Amino acid sequence: MENNAVLTDPQERIALALRALYARYGYQPYRMSKFEEYDLYSRNKDFLISEGVITFTDTDGKLMALKPDVTLSIVKNNADLPGVTQKLYYSENVYRVSKGTGTFREIPQTGLECIGAVDDCCVGEVLFLAAESLAAVGERSVLDVSHLGLLTALVDRLTPDGAVREELLRCVSGKNSHGVDAVCAGHGIPAEAAAPLRELLALYGAPETVLPKLAVLAEKTGTEREAQELARALGVFAGTALAKSVRIDFSVVSDRHYYNGVVFKGFIEGVPECVLSGGQYDNLMKRMGRASRAIGFAVYPEPLGRMGESAPYDADVMLLYEAGTEPAALRAAAAGLMAEGKSVFTCARENPKLRCREKALFRNGEVTFLA
Amino acid sequence: MLNVALPKGRLGEQVYDLFEKAGYPCPSVKETSRRLIFENEAAGVRYFWVKPSDVAIYVERGAADIGVAGKDILLESGADVYELADLHVGVCRMAVAAKRGFRDDPRRTLRVATKFTNIARRHYAAVGRDIDIIHLNGSIELAPILGLADVIVDIVETGTTLKENDLEVIEDIVPVSARLIANKAGFKFKTEEIERLARELRTEETV
Repeated sequence: MENNAVLTDPQERIALALRALYARYGYQPYRMSKFEEYDLYSRNKDFLISEGVITFTDTDGKLMALKPDVTLSIVKNNADLPGVTQKLYYSENVYRVSKGTGTFREIPQTGLECIGAVDDCCVGEVLFLAAESLAAVGERSVLDVSHLGLLTALVDRLTPDGAVREELLRCVSGKNSHGVDAVCAGHGIPAEAAAPLRELLALYGAPETVLPKLAVLAEKTGTEREAQELARALGVFAGTALAKSVRIDFSVVSDRHYYNGVVFKGFIEGVPECVLSGGQYDNLMKRMGRASRAIGFAVYPEPLGRMGESAPYDADVMLLYEAGTEPAALRAAAAGLMAEGKSVFTCARENPKLRCREKALFRNGEVTFLA
Repeated sequence: MLNVALPKGRLGEQVYDLFEKAGYPCPSVKETSRRLIFENEAAGVRYFWVKPSDVAIYVERGAADIGVAGKDILLESGADVYELADLHVGVCRMAVAAKRGFRDDPRRTLRVATKFTNIARRHYAAVGRDIDIIHLNGSIELAPILGLADVIVDIVETGTTLKENDLEVIEDIVPVSARLIANKAGFKFKTEEIERLARELRTEETV
């Protein structure tokens, strides 16, 4: 039987749609405990979106944490199987510090991970699934795709100083080309040396317009391999309806200590923040002692749940009844209305806090709608 | 229609003039009234005045597609927005100032009074200096005079206020000016409109 409460909750509806989508592609559901040893997060602090983890000491003295992230647990709990690709999806709650309130919040997250023998086809499939996920939850969407290897190659050639590189990447992530100029000027980097980076920053748009220009830039800068990787991955969209929602945008920057290769972010019209984020994280795999590769993404249904208008009514019908009404008769009357597809709130006295579409009175075995 | 958050006050008026010259006029903006929202449908813009320190919030949260905020506000708030252009107006600098002749004794914790606690914290963390932050909301210059703090971190435009209070700049932190910012998600769906406006504004400020 359909559960209307679940279907009318936008976040639940989105999670259901996404789980069905991933299952269609053969991804396996992955369930995990809410808790994880804190050590996992303390070793990979920079991978976490927000600082701060809720910790507690378990009965055996181990310092545990309420998981602030799902990917780290999946990687930790899945052994390398040489030559094998594992495709997993999850729908879990994570516990993070909210930027707005500065306090911990429980945040739902649905996503997938493709781990192991990840090749170009896997990368293409995950990118396609990211675009499909966006299409499943919003009418107009944009998937911005970047290549971190290409971007960092252009940044690294400018300076060996790690702090300056980070500063430059921050400017790129803010589409701040005047900031790139200022950082270069401040650290003695000639303006002409930064020209390819500025050029890369200005490349934004549909793959068919950007890729030819990127190929020229890649040839000049010796980044052909990375540009080809990006082109091959984006090839999955050729001739599909999803192609129009895909853009190349190098302002998508993820932490290079964990990510590499293709990285991406998804947006839905009307939602003021990113609702999907992912990429290849071979570097995280290496840090965790894995020989294999990985790519994945997470969808954040919470901002999507705030889309659109709030429900105008709490229930369709407020069914009032008199003292002494037979419970069975009232139940039967309510059931009759429910059979018409209406939700019914029964009460002896009007509840002023409840907003109902219609008001009705149950008296002498009959339902009379009030004006 | 582009929703534009402008900072109330002198800077906002200067910035509006730039928008007007760039081809996005809305004459009612300059009328004295209590209205907060001004729209020119033909030009495709809707302006609203907000407190300067709130511009980044309006843009980051998507209530405005674009806005103009000082670099000081952007650095302090850490707002996750695109910074599309330096408008070269409202030019000043973020600096450390102290009483004339102040000597920083490295054996003591430096007491820093400021409205910009994040900027101050980052600045001193980068040089490894141990500090105590005293957050103030105004009249920052009073702090070193009354012995509440050793130094202040604040915006310096001409330096006149510092001079009149026997204070001096001992270190510059970062140059500050007004920046055109955009909501990251909104940019994806209004790319052409926002890029055109940014281009016109860049041309305007170089004329």
